[in-house]
Amino acid sequence: MTSPANTSSTRHGSNTTPLNRFEITKRMVEKLTRGEAVIGGIGNSNFDLWCSGQRPENFYMLGSMGLAIPIALGVALAQPNRRVIALEGDGSLLMQLGCLSTVAIRAPKNLTIVVMDNGIYQITGSQQTATAAAVDLVAVARASGLSESHWAADEADFDTLFAAAQERRAPSLIALRIDDKPAVGQTERDPNRIRDQFMRGIGAKGNPARS
Amino acid sequence: MAIEPQAGTQQPTWSGVLHRVLVANEVRLVTYVPDNVLKPLLAAVHGDPFFDAFCVTREEEGLGIICGAWMGGMRGVLMMQTSGFATLPNVLASLPTAFQIPALMIVSERGTLGEFNYGQALVCKTMRPVLDSLAIEHHTCTRLDELEFVADRTIKQAVATQAPACLILSPLLTGGKVLKA
Repeated sequence: MTSPANTSSTRHGSNTTPLNRFEITKRMVEKLTRGEAVIGGIGNSNFDLWCSGQRPENFYMLGSMGLAIPIALGVALAQPNRRVIALEGDGSLLMQLGCLSTVAIRAPKNLTIVVMDNGIYQITGSQQTATAAAVDLVAVARASGLSESHWAADEADFDTLFAAAQERRAPSLIALRIDDKPAVGQTERDPNRIRDQFMRGIGAKGNPARS
Repeated sequence: MAIEPQAGTQQPTWSGVLHRVLVANEVRLVTYVPDNVLKPLLAAVHGDPFFDAFCVTREEEGLGIICGAWMGGMRGVLMMQTSGFATLPNVLASLPTAFQIPALMIVSERGTLGEFNYGQALVCKTMRPVLDSLAIEHHTCTRLDELEFVADRTIKQAVATQAPACLILSPLLTGGKVLKA
């Protein structure tokens, strides 16, 4: 069996540098100025989104592993004039690969998927995911019909890809190789508060906070 | 509530009634995993520009999409058959139930009243216990003359109470699926 160390430099292309989830999430959130909705997937991608600052337009999913992208697709269809971003991990995406083809076929103009790939189920004890050995999630996404799917080589490359995705009138996927660091904190697990705040934050309930 | 005959037909149909109830309740987004019995309803929503209807790869995915849509201000429904419903308990518990989202489900009931597939017959037995154990409101629709009332009130209650709900379409209503000789 090939060790992950031997394959990690080639599985995403030769120039990728492992980034840090919290740092890149914070960097991404700082670029949001148009009331973009952000859907955080289960576990660490969620926790680091929470720790990046609790914007009212953020939704923190709890428990339904693999559904950050479907939830984001639903928000994107309901609010076609708002940009929507799904934050998902490699283990979660591997659980629900079919959603990539659904996004490709339904083709929302306002959805960006950001996949944080550390090659492990970090939160359950760092067991390897399939991306550590074989699977290239960008290749999977492209083969699923998402032609605008790219690996970010480094932070500057992420900035460029993200800026382009936010202007594109088609769905985009950006994958990042990240390190094995845990999240810097934890989401406050209060589902109703999270849902209510999110709905008000994106103007679906009460007086719209922003248009 | 009187049931008007559907355009182009002499008699009202279950699919026509559900189509009309969905429109009346502004349920615009339809996600589904295909089912033979649901064909006329799927055809009706695909043929009506009021709806945004599309097929998903798994029932969980469809549920996630309509939950997201609800939070964005758009009502949706997930359509599936019994065996598809059986894939949902974790997501039902952790998403619409925990977050109080009125996710509407329409299930074409397999596994009873003439089922020919033993697996379907067994998995059908899990459906109502799962719904009951999560305290999810559900109604089994058996009669055409009651369908509009049951469906309309189920949707209105789901929205008003912010709770998921499930309509089970019995073979008594739809004819179900039988083994062709």
